[in-house]
Amino acid sequence: MEEWLYISTEVYPALLKGFWVSLALIVPSALFGIAIGIVLGVLRVYGSRPVMAAADGFVALFRGIPLVVQLFVWYFGLPYLKIYLNPFTAAVLGFSLCGGAYHSEYIRGALLSIKRGQMLAAQSLGFSTTRMIVSIVLPQALRRALPGCGNELIYLIKYSSLAYMITCVELTGQGKILASNSFRYTEIFLIIGACYLVMTSAAGVLLGRLEGRLRLPGFEQYRG
Amino acid sequence: MPESLNAVIDALPYLLAGSAVTLIVVVGAMCLGLCLGVPLAVGQLYGQPAIRRAIGVYVWFFRGIPLLVLLFLFYFGLCTALDINLSAFTVAIIVLGLISSAYQSQIFRGAILSLPEGQLKAARALGMSDRRAIASIILPQALRLSVPGWSNEYSIILKDSAVAYALGVPEIMARAHFVATRTYQQLPLYLAAGVIFLVLTYLGTKGLRVLEEKVRIPGYSPQGG
Repeated sequence: MEEWLYISTEVYPALLKGFWVSLALIVPSALFGIAIGIVLGVLRVYGSRPVMAAADGFVALFRGIPLVVQLFVWYFGLPYLKIYLNPFTAAVLGFSLCGGAYHSEYIRGALLSIKRGQMLAAQSLGFSTTRMIVSIVLPQALRRALPGCGNELIYLIKYSSLAYMITCVELTGQGKILASNSFRYTEIFLIIGACYLVMTSAAGVLLGRLEGRLRLPGFEQYRG
Repeated sequence: MPESLNAVIDALPYLLAGSAVTLIVVVGAMCLGLCLGVPLAVGQLYGQPAIRRAIGVYVWFFRGIPLLVLLFLFYFGLCTALDINLSAFTVAIIVLGLISSAYQSQIFRGAILSLPEGQLKAARALGMSDRRAIASIILPQALRLSVPGWSNEYSIILKDSAVAYALGVPEIMARAHFVATRTYQQLPLYLAAGVIFLVLTYLGTKGLRVLEEKVRIPGYSPQGG
């Protein structure tokens, strides 16, 4: 009974609060990340030479440095330049930039996999390059990039726990506080783990459904 | 500016000593992941339905929960609850290794599935037992095919190992943070840590590229080309 009271009056509200913070971190980071990924991916394939090199360099940098280090740079490092971000903003910034670099890899691969004939056909119909990329190439490429990008989004759900390390109290942070107060580390972290499992599994199912929804009949085996 | 440069130069030996800790964690985790990942992959492909299901749950569990949560669960939770006295360093290797075993099992599984089915049938036709055929025919080829996936896994574990800082493992990130809070040169020191990670990623993937060449059998491809 006492156990149940503890769970319903302390654990549940705290974790719910943490869950909303986690969600508030994940959703904008996912959207910004994909937007950054699309821009970077397009620049890396269709940009001029210096632009391409710059975008490649950006991606190499953000993929090569651990996310924790990036978060520390944004949160603890930027004040050195007199720029002060709150933990939440720093976390979203870090997740978006790092996620964008990873998304751009999948989008770049998908862009390169689009058949050349498509582009020639668009050009012969009088499309400008921008118009061709936006209306012909990207709609197909994004569908192909979806499985990879979806994986990345699932990673984002898990990596959102790192926001705890720059003092943004989300699900993991709430769990740490609860566990330190009650010394019930095993139970609390099993519950937290279960929450993440539910989130990642739900995201997997939703992404699978989205893939099915977006499938263009007849275009699945369109390769080469 | 020179002040910050000095801080980085002064801290460099200390940070580099941290990279030794990082590398031991990474290599330990990868070895543990390999030792567990191979049987997991074989079990998931050739095992009985119950075993397959159990391995599926294992993989789902370790791929679905954040590293940080698992580190806390094992270090503060299970180690205390079961009265096991392990250092943060050991726990970091074990947790990273368990997670890696789930990912590596999928790398090996993919590699095994990419081998033509005829290989196993031919081995069986030559009178080899299942176990023998998997150990001497399938795995030697599958492991070679897994090296590129392994190099990916290396760079992921290397970067994830920075999270072990949360338990106080004195790796690169933890040391950068110690020095940064003492000298107030946060930005230069974190950037220095980032550069060390970049170099380690570069060297590691290069090394694994060499390994890939080394273990390649010239003129042979599993598809019989």
